[in-house]
Amino acid sequence: MSTESNGAPSLERAGLDEKTWTELREIAARYPQARSGLLPMLHLTQSVQGRITPEAIEACAEVLGISAAEVNGVATFYTMYKRKPVGDYHVGVCTNTLCAVMGGDLIFERLKEHLDVGNDETTADGKITLEHVECNAACDYAPVMMVNWEFMDNQTPESAVQVVDDLRAGHEVHSTRGPRLCTWREAERVLAGFPDDRADEGPAAGPASLAGLKIAREKGWTAGTDSSKGESK
Amino acid sequence: MTDTLTPVLTDNWDAERAWTLASYEERGGYAALDKAFAMAPDDVINAVKESGLRGRGGAGFPTGMKWGFIPQDNPKPKYLVVNADESEPGTCKDIPLMMASPHTLVEGVIVSSYAIRANTAFIYVRGEVLHVIRRLQRAVQEAYLAGHLGKNIHGSGYDLDLIVHAGAGAYICGEETALLEGLEGRRGQPRLRPPFPAVAGLYASPTVINNVESIASVPSIIVNGPGWFAGMGTEKSNGFGIFSLSGHVKNPGQYEAPLGITLRELIDLAGGMREGHELKFWTPGGSSTPLLTPEHLDVPLDFESVGAAGSMLGTRALQLFDETTCVVRAVLRWTEFYKHESCGKCTPCREGTWWLTQTMARLEKGQGSESDLDLLLDQCDNILGRAFCALGDGATSPISSSIQHFREEYLAHLTHGGCPFDPAASTAFAPVGATA
Repeated sequence: MSTESNGAPSLERAGLDEKTWTELREIAARYPQARSGLLPMLHLTQSVQGRITPEAIEACAEVLGISAAEVNGVATFYTMYKRKPVGDYHVGVCTNTLCAVMGGDLIFERLKEHLDVGNDETTADGKITLEHVECNAACDYAPVMMVNWEFMDNQTPESAVQVVDDLRAGHEVHSTRGPRLCTWREAERVLAGFPDDRADEGPAAGPASLAGLKIAREKGWTAGTDSSKGESK
Repeated sequence: MTDTLTPVLTDNWDAERAWTLASYEERGGYAALDKAFAMAPDDVINAVKESGLRGRGGAGFPTGMKWGFIPQDNPKPKYLVVNADESEPGTCKDIPLMMASPHTLVEGVIVSSYAIRANTAFIYVRGEVLHVIRRLQRAVQEAYLAGHLGKNIHGSGYDLDLIVHAGAGAYICGEETALLEGLEGRRGQPRLRPPFPAVAGLYASPTVINNVESIASVPSIIVNGPGWFAGMGTEKSNGFGIFSLSGHVKNPGQYEAPLGITLRELIDLAGGMREGHELKFWTPGGSSTPLLTPEHLDVPLDFESVGAAGSMLGTRALQLFDETTCVVRAVLRWTEFYKHESCGKCTPCREGTWWLTQTMARLEKGQGSESDLDLLLDQCDNILGRAFCALGDGATSPISSSIQHFREEYLAHLTHGGCPFDPAASTAFAPVGATA
């Protein structure tokens, strides 16, 4: 193989198959400088291995020609990279101030109790990893929960319990303004820059996103497009 | 007279399959390209300067001036990087924009890159928004296939590649130099400035970093003219912006209006505060902007007026809290956020946010003493202006402003032996009429 010169032969190494090694190199090749690929590369290894493994660290280091310590420094800096295995569904409850006040704290407490796990822990059946997350830019839908980084808007403790129960039972669950939920590993692959086929699912915008536009339509308000309109401000 | 709401960026969000190229082009999308390509790049920069567009990511720096700082005699490649790392607590405008109409951003990227003579551009989008990333990936793919991206765009001779780059969870990467570190595959820690990114940014090359909403505003300026844009807003804060209302208001959501609209007007549009409750405190532009109170309801929401009121316009992230909310609990949670997100590079922020959290947590539990308020202010004084980047400054804003406006409430925690509020009363699912 062409990579033998830097000591990288064989079909399967480091628990990563040949396809993954190829894709790691593909990611690095997207950028003017290969190292820019490191964040998506780590997303890709998570999608294959369910967490960041020491082997994946070595693999990224090898592809980029940097030290494992440098890769490790990056992998430990960003919160989306997980050292412990993540369940099929990563459930993140926003407990930043606004969501917390609007009910996020109560939702998080209820889910901990219901799933019998603590923060950043996974249920015994390996289905759900629960974590409290920071503001996810959906404050107009508070309280917000994320499943595999899809929006679950306007939650209550009861609706949140329903979502995790449905997921554990293997039922199809949809984001409240997005597509069918995929698994965490499948989500990580999209983040690595390998799109799936769900971009066209779900609406363009949820109701809160359209709140102002709806009023403007009713009132006939526009931004005008002839420059004379604004001169009398 | 300008209308109260002025949908431009949000105008197609209710269109059928608004995120698709077909829908976007049906409404005249990508018309800015040929218009821009017929202009010299410097004239595009001048148009943006004339429009008065100021950065929509919080700082409000004039966008055209930023573009003008790119040294065109520098032989290195120029880069445009879109800051789509929207993470400031309360801020929720760029994410719905990219979800509903990613092509607005892509079109803006093409015009802006042409102006600064970049042949490679990046959208650095936070990783925690999967569906938004899908829509961006698809939009970029569609734009390539339609000839809006790639080689010799529209026969103009101009080439542009656009790369969608997903982050991995770090608030600090919203800081532009930390973002560049992340984009270079490193820990997201801010860089010392100068040199500024315009001179030595991505790969030590001249780089413009702009917020999503800033870039997305550019096509409308090119198509309708800088005078149209400058005709909206206030004297020094031109144009429109998306105002994001969240919290205890009847209809939270996105309201696109000329800069200078007041919170009173916005709350009216949003149907008022929730039934039976009244506004207690609010942030004008995210958690890093000092808290304001009902006495500031009539402050024009533009850069100058909010600044004069002792806060900052920031990202127009209007988080509204009613009288059921404990301000100490709210501020403690933000403080924990800053502690969690501090990158650890500089001592005032790394150590300071830990000390702030400990002091705040003690007060929230009703422990400690009144002198802890002075201690907090002293800690803030040791962070503000002494941290490496704005994250440390931001951490002090909720604390110092809440002590200024709500000192009595801190003291009530001490006399009450804990928080005197019922957290259930502030929730969205609290029974109507619940009181703290």
